[in-house]
Amino acid sequence: MATAARKTASKSASKSPAPKTRGRRGSSAVATGTPVVKTPRPEEFTKEQELAAYREMLLIRRFEEKAGQLYGMGLIGGFCHLYIGQEAVVVGMQMALKEGDQVITGYRDHGHMLATGMEARGVMAELTGRRNGYSKGKGGSMHMFSKEKHFYGGHGIVGAQVPLGTGLAFANRYRGNDHVSLTYFGDGAANQGQVYESFNMAALWKLPVVYIIENNRYAMGTAVTRSSAETNLSHRGLSFKIPGIQVDGMDVRAVKAAGDMAVEWCRSGKGPIILEMQTYRYRGHSMSDPAKYRSKDEVQKMRSERDPIEQVKQRLIEKKWASEEDLKAVDREVRDIVADAADFAQNDPEPDPSELYTDILL
Amino acid sequence: MPTEILMPALSPTMEEGNLAKWLKKEGDQVAPGDVIAEIETDKATMEVEAVDEGRIGKILIGEGTEGVKVNTPIAILLADGESEEDLAKAADGSSSGKANGSAQTEEKQEAKAPADGEGEVKAPAAPKPAAEALPADPDIPEGTEMVPTTVREALRDAMAEEMRRDPDVFIMGEEVAEYEGAYKVTQGLLKEFGDKRVIDTPITEHGFAGVGIGAAFAGLKPIVEFMTFNFAMQAMDQIVNSAAKTLYMAGGQMGAPIVFRGPNGAAARVAAQHSQDYAAWYGHIPGLKVVMPYTAADAKGLLKAAIRDPNPVVFLENEILYGQTFDVPKLDDFVLPIGKARIHKKGSDVTIVSFGIGMTYAVKAEEQLREMGIDAEIIDLRTIRPMDLDTVIESVKKTNRLVTVEEGFPQSSVGDHIASQVMQRAFDHLDAPVITITGKDVPMPYAANLEKLALPSVAEVVEAVKAVTYRD
Repeated sequence: MATAARKTASKSASKSPAPKTRGRRGSSAVATGTPVVKTPRPEEFTKEQELAAYREMLLIRRFEEKAGQLYGMGLIGGFCHLYIGQEAVVVGMQMALKEGDQVITGYRDHGHMLATGMEARGVMAELTGRRNGYSKGKGGSMHMFSKEKHFYGGHGIVGAQVPLGTGLAFANRYRGNDHVSLTYFGDGAANQGQVYESFNMAALWKLPVVYIIENNRYAMGTAVTRSSAETNLSHRGLSFKIPGIQVDGMDVRAVKAAGDMAVEWCRSGKGPIILEMQTYRYRGHSMSDPAKYRSKDEVQKMRSERDPIEQVKQRLIEKKWASEEDLKAVDREVRDIVADAADFAQNDPEPDPSELYTDILL
Repeated sequence: MPTEILMPALSPTMEEGNLAKWLKKEGDQVAPGDVIAEIETDKATMEVEAVDEGRIGKILIGEGTEGVKVNTPIAILLADGESEEDLAKAADGSSSGKANGSAQTEEKQEAKAPADGEGEVKAPAAPKPAAEALPADPDIPEGTEMVPTTVREALRDAMAEEMRRDPDVFIMGEEVAEYEGAYKVTQGLLKEFGDKRVIDTPITEHGFAGVGIGAAFAGLKPIVEFMTFNFAMQAMDQIVNSAAKTLYMAGGQMGAPIVFRGPNGAAARVAAQHSQDYAAWYGHIPGLKVVMPYTAADAKGLLKAAIRDPNPVVFLENEILYGQTFDVPKLDDFVLPIGKARIHKKGSDVTIVSFGIGMTYAVKAEEQLREMGIDAEIIDLRTIRPMDLDTVIESVKKTNRLVTVEEGFPQSSVGDHIASQVMQRAFDHLDAPVITITGKDVPMPYAANLEKLALPSVAEVVEAVKAVTYRD
């Protein structure tokens, strides 16, 4: 069954806008003097790793489903960008990190926060704009931070987090520590000018930053093929001699293997590296989405054939590492956390009006 | 207890929508995440997903129904072991199942109440930055040697002193290292501190402003030099959206201790794209401090304060002032308070408020006014944000007349803000309308004569003072 899943994955990948043959166009890399890096083979997970990945991904999914529901009830305002479908990316990358490594991303950020260990209650209460949210209710869905968990936001301007994440890496190098900055952005942000300004400086100064392009194929409603002259986003660093690889972002093991390689690349002082995570979001860009830019069949096919959580589940069952009943128990536990968070987020009071004027200046 | 599935909202403003399609029918088993229906408005469509596990007991709103109000029950979900009997009770409205749904609705109303109630919840008054809370300029001990220093040297000395004091302080920008600064402000810094702390960047303002802010998030204290602030327009998004707003958006957890500095405003004969005063632009933004010194002593003392400040500070210098010489006290650690104006010259007949290079017009005008027998008080604002309006208002209460002077454009100028605040807080003390002297409402022309006309002049300041003091 695991083999079958892999087979479907590669079949599906070959249909993606970035055919394999282009991804292997090694000659251009050689011509520019960019180091050639190969996509590592997905490593087999231990039972503990599979179970941990399953639980983490499930937590994100259930959390996001609940967020969607609370949004529908009018309890969450403004924009709300759900991460459903992309869970393997952040969970796999997080498994490659060590304490002190930094994470920064754009506005589809709830999954990143949960993966870095931020509390579901605090995240959900921020979504409902309440006083015990991570930003005291003043940031909302797109702007949350946790110094303790080394999560640097949560940024609402497409691409703005890329120089910021590069700056985190700059600080690591300045201080001479071996921490790595994981800077996430999407296929849409990959067309922003400041991304390339950052690439240039990161390569010039050999900054320890992993640029993770979460290519979910659509920037809002614009397909990569309609927005990008070069759709192989892992090649976007070639002009700066930054190596890049494409990774099956629906397979948490592939993500983890790529993450291990990339983080080690940075820690050993080789400078930045790009990981193009080929992933997919099941939901709309935000809650209000016309859903006219892609077919329902496409979404359904992804869900039924490549779902990151189902892949782990199948392996766990097949290897008899967990029974259906065991996994139901995990689901119940995760559901309880999410229900508790939702309950907390609905009953927590709004911020005190006096908070209007706090935290503007220190 | 059966659960009601409610009509969801696609956006906070949506009140009703159409139930376009049911994808499940009565009796179907559903799992969380299953799409059960599609709803639409004129703007968008949305899939309704099951949140709980169960069986669709009853569909309450049929496919194709238009104008379904948000939060109307559209179906009833039966949990394991629940029967049609429970369903009947739920539909009847007498069971606790109904309460489940309506409880959510009540919760929603309760949650939204503060926003809905018109005028019920007033915004609290903004805390008034108490003047007395701000430290005054430190007393300069008698006998302190005063050293004639150019503004350029004073700025360099401030950076060098702070870099010696704190290893987390570094400077980055175009040509700051090997070239020693496009305007020679960073002269000697590379030699003393090395290329780890004095960093030449590519010509990439948006990018290096962001890199600096990221480094500041991580706790370093960057000084980002813009060759001129005209080029910082490329970096405006990072300065405003990332540096100024993060502390607030993070509920106080994280901010950016960073200084953005460089020459601002018109230089000489460099035309429209290289001649603009950004005092009012940055002064508009909560979360920034904005400093614009005139003298070398203020440049030094305030830049040292800016580097130590835990907030993002925009430090607006001026190319024409760089070469001007002022006395700077020779002290080990001369730091001045940000947010405090300085009375440049005491007077009783009229208050002239200015800052940065605007002060050159004010100072020259004052000399001419003195000859006419008008005793003007000159206030050098020094900081645009937070603005020391108390000092201005105290002065106006004494002189009853106010003229402001700046090189920036007239609409929404710094002077406009001062005039409006003085009008609101000291209306009864005014004996004449406030006059705001600014640059003209035109892009800066290149021709020497036109450039001169586009900038304020000493004569305009003198005329304005004569007007508010009713002299002919």
